[in-house]
Amino acid sequence: MNWKKSFIPFVNPLSKDNPVIVQILGICSALAVTAKMEPAVVMTISVTAVLAFANVIISLMRKTIPSSIRIIVQLVVVAALVVIVDQVLKAYTYDVSKALSVFIGLIITNCIIMGRLEAFALNNRPWPAFLDGVGNGLGYGLILIITSFFRELFGSGTLFGCQVFPDWWYEAGYMNNGLMILPPMALIVVACIIWAHRSVNKDLQEK
Amino acid sequence: MENLNLFIRSIFIDNMIFAYFLGMCSYLAVSKNVKTAFGLGVAVTFVLLIALPVCWCINEYLLVPGAMSWLGEEYASTDISFLGLIMFIAVIAALVQILEMVIEKYTPALYNSLGIFLPLIAVNCAILGAVLFMQQREFSNAWTATVYGAGSGIGWLLAITCLAAIRERLDNSKIPAPLRGVGITFIITGLMGIAFMSFLGIKL
Repeated sequence: MNWKKSFIPFVNPLSKDNPVIVQILGICSALAVTAKMEPAVVMTISVTAVLAFANVIISLMRKTIPSSIRIIVQLVVVAALVVIVDQVLKAYTYDVSKALSVFIGLIITNCIIMGRLEAFALNNRPWPAFLDGVGNGLGYGLILIITSFFRELFGSGTLFGCQVFPDWWYEAGYMNNGLMILPPMALIVVACIIWAHRSVNKDLQEK
Repeated sequence: MENLNLFIRSIFIDNMIFAYFLGMCSYLAVSKNVKTAFGLGVAVTFVLLIALPVCWCINEYLLVPGAMSWLGEEYASTDISFLGLIMFIAVIAALVQILEMVIEKYTPALYNSLGIFLPLIAVNCAILGAVLFMQQREFSNAWTATVYGAGSGIGWLLAITCLAAIRERLDNSKIPAPLRGVGITFIITGLMGIAFMSFLGIKL
């Protein structure tokens, strides 16, 4: 196996096979945590960690899981990993964990995770499964970070909580767009990302 | 009165789709025609209606610190709240399994049209989301939790049926090629969300 080929599961999900804007998985959390950049980054790390380890664990067990009960086995593995992430976040970054509220728990029902376990981990060896997990986690994070960048920049004029626009802009009459902070704008920002992405990748367009 | 207020709030203001984006995956995928969308909405409402009171009891009598004191003195200080996520997801998965069998038996047509999305209700974030919100808001009794479940379910049903109706009409309109399919659906949902925001501040 050559080196380049083994990295396909890692590179593909970043753009061509992106979990959020191409496979349309994991939309719920992608939209809900993107009002500010900090929770978006923490969410990216959490999802990537859970996805990578769940992929490895399921891939190791793939020959022993009877297919009739695989969903429940997958749910239990994912739930256990999420409990660990939840406890770690509560211990070290309590504020962010409060800001993310129920969305850490909702990683369990994040469709990306179930989707990747079903589609990839069940048929592949642990190392490609690990790369696939990290790649999909990062592809998901990429969209999260782009969306939250625009929402925080135009919605509150800050990035990671630091002010970006100079004061004289505000004195000259510039105003933050409060609508960007509100939930519906997340959908419209993601729609614009999809629009841009599909104008470049023509083969993804629907007829 | 309190409960009626909660019911109206959870349908219109704290709508699962427009305010929290929960259950988006099946919302986007199953909203191509009104009939299927309505069927899935009813199934989700039904699961929520049962899952919430059950999970409320689990939370109240097993999970919160000191909840197991009904077992005897020595359990009064046990705290197993970290097991919450696993227990909730197990309850939801079991309920969905039962519902799947019932639907398959009595309405095979609906069963076929829902396809893969029926078992996937188990991982529908709207349900686990509602359970976690219920835990976070510390409802005082199982009845309030049921009302919240019914409200959230009907809110979700309303959203998916509206979207399906709009998408049926959309088939005849000219949309820029890169936006077709998912893109335009996102924008419509966004606009519907803005419309729903006009309900903000309603109090009974």
